[in-house]
Amino acid sequence: MIWPIDLAILTLVVVAAIGALRVKDLLGASILFGSYSFMMCLLWSIMGAVDVAFTEASVGAGVSTVLFVAAVFRTSRRTRD
Amino acid sequence: MKIIGLIITVVTGALLFYAAGDFPAWSDPASPASTYLSPHFIEKTMEETSVPNIVTAVLADYRSFDTMFETAVIFSAGVVCFFLLRISRREDEEPETRYYRHVLTGVTIQLKEGHKMPPSADFERIDSMWTPPDLIIKTGCRLLIPFVQLFGLYVIAHGHHSPGGGFQGGVILGASVILLAISHDLRTAVRRMSEKLIGILCAAGVLIYACTGALCLLLKLNFLDYSALAGILHVDPITARSHGILMVEIGVGIAVLATMIWIYNNISSAGRYRQGL
Repeated sequence: MIWPIDLAILTLVVVAAIGALRVKDLLGASILFGSYSFMMCLLWSIMGAVDVAFTEASVGAGVSTVLFVAAVFRTSRRTRD
Repeated sequence: MKIIGLIITVVTGALLFYAAGDFPAWSDPASPASTYLSPHFIEKTMEETSVPNIVTAVLADYRSFDTMFETAVIFSAGVVCFFLLRISRREDEEPETRYYRHVLTGVTIQLKEGHKMPPSADFERIDSMWTPPDLIIKTGCRLLIPFVQLFGLYVIAHGHHSPGGGFQGGVILGASVILLAISHDLRTAVRRMSEKLIGILCAAGVLIYACTGALCLLLKLNFLDYSALAGILHVDPITARSHGILMVEIGVGIAVLATMIWIYNNISSAGRYRQGL
């Protein structure tokens, strides 16, 4: 494990997670959630769990982002919360 | 309400961080998981199942009963999405208006009161929300989709030797059809894979998995003990376990492929199967 890369990715995970919660635009939130999944995928592969990283990349960053965007497309784009 | 939610979240997070201190250190050789079970898998997987990728062997052979119900969970996710979202046309509704577009000239014809046009190559049926797909995106995706599908098949078939397997390969195959629905329109994707076919494939994947297990039971060994298949496949019991893993991975791949497309179709068109994204 190379700690500077690890630290950078961990910071990005936290930033993407908080960003996905705070952003008012739901489309932006789903994109941020996709980037969060991708950073998690990088973390898994750093820790040597390549199979889990592959699943995270295909399911988390790939298809679930598409499903979120499809769901946002069917509702209002801005959240009132 | 928001403040209560924040307090609950912070307290739960603090508890989790506090509890995480009791975990064994990362890659600690003296931790309980690494002292007994992991060495067995690392040392014996190759000679017991002849599968180089230990994760695949654990997932589809040593823990295959668990994986079977994971596949069933995915199947039920697809079915639940279908039951919650799908809206089928009722008989008492007024007859729908159909739109047909002449492919070469782009002239659109509106047919009222349920009139239909005989199927022809010159006209394609479109929805009222139809927008012309971008030529660059359409052509680019058309070039890309065969390679995506080839990669998905490779991931399923090569799961024994490299990272991958039924789940990942199935998701990649499903994503290729979703890409077709996004780059063209939903009607094109449904024409390639009808809703009926998706439903059948979704159930067939789980059925392939369960039938592989039941076949082992019929051949007088335990449920999902693939070495029972040695007699049918004319190989030694160790290679039969490797082949049994491939059989269930194909089942998982089919179920996941169909479920992903099913969920996407229902969500993107709000259950009406009209124009999606």
